[in-house]
Amino acid sequence: MRFAVVVFPGSNCDHDAYHAVKHVLGAEAAFVWHKDTDLAGADVVILPGGFSHGDYLRTGAIARFSPVMASVAAFAAAGGPVIGICNGFQILLEAGMLPGAMLRNRGLKFLCEHVHLRVERTDTPFTALCSEGQVLRLPIAHGDGNYYAAPAVLAALEAEGRVIFRYAGPDGRVSDAGNPNGSLNNIAGICNEARNVVGLMPHPERACEAALGSADGLVVFRSVVASLAGKGALRAVAREA
Amino acid sequence: MKARVFVTLKPSVFDPQGRTVAEALHTLGYDAVEGVRQGKYFELDVRAGTPGEARALAAEVADKLLANPVIESYRIEVGEV
Repeated sequence: MRFAVVVFPGSNCDHDAYHAVKHVLGAEAAFVWHKDTDLAGADVVILPGGFSHGDYLRTGAIARFSPVMASVAAFAAAGGPVIGICNGFQILLEAGMLPGAMLRNRGLKFLCEHVHLRVERTDTPFTALCSEGQVLRLPIAHGDGNYYAAPAVLAALEAEGRVIFRYAGPDGRVSDAGNPNGSLNNIAGICNEARNVVGLMPHPERACEAALGSADGLVVFRSVVASLAGKGALRAVAREA
Repeated sequence: MKARVFVTLKPSVFDPQGRTVAEALHTLGYDAVEGVRQGKYFELDVRAGTPGEARALAAEVADKLLANPVIESYRIEVGEV
């Protein structure tokens, strides 16, 4: 099982992701520079957090045109699992691989704190080992995490069960008090129609060991390993892409 | 030729920065400023034969990169200087 961690100029959670999947999870991991188009035979692609291109123009707006993104799109189109974390999520939004956009946090502050998420759906490769309603405690670190989508798009996301994580209280109750950034419907993470592309603002890769204050994020990476292990055919398809 | 592109959040999208600027102005006593929307301004130096050509090029790059159509709209002005 091999994870590709894409590195953009300004990525700063690339090493966290690499460490989590290689040293904690025990899988293979490889960095892929954003100007490369070869995903190094990856089974899973991670777009990590950070500040690609200095967040200039809009978060993720320039990174989406990196050469590697055409390969990531082809990998995803063939069913390969892709996860965008924080800036990686913003890049997926700008690339149109996930719907919606990010606005500045409603309080305007850059938020760096632990939050609670409720897992809404377990039918994605990245939540397969979760239980519905499970509460994960993960860190956030972003200035533009205020999820927005036009009303019709938001309604479709909800109707199709594509909201995967919501900001919640420690008890899993979704309320405005648990919403750090003003995201519509407390949305912290969503998936595409095919459910193999997931984006979320919180950082599971920074919460894979108790020494880091939480190991709740590990289930996200364990899930995709388990999910792929049960889908040998999917891996072959994804590889050919 | 110059093409000026003004990018703003769509009216339906909440603008936390504009709201904060408006509140600051109210604190300074400028109650007559009833609202503020913050946007971005781009000045493009373009190689184009006609103003129409310059406008078309500016619109193309605005659609592709300068604005995010999910949350933003834009307006273009073209001039010699």
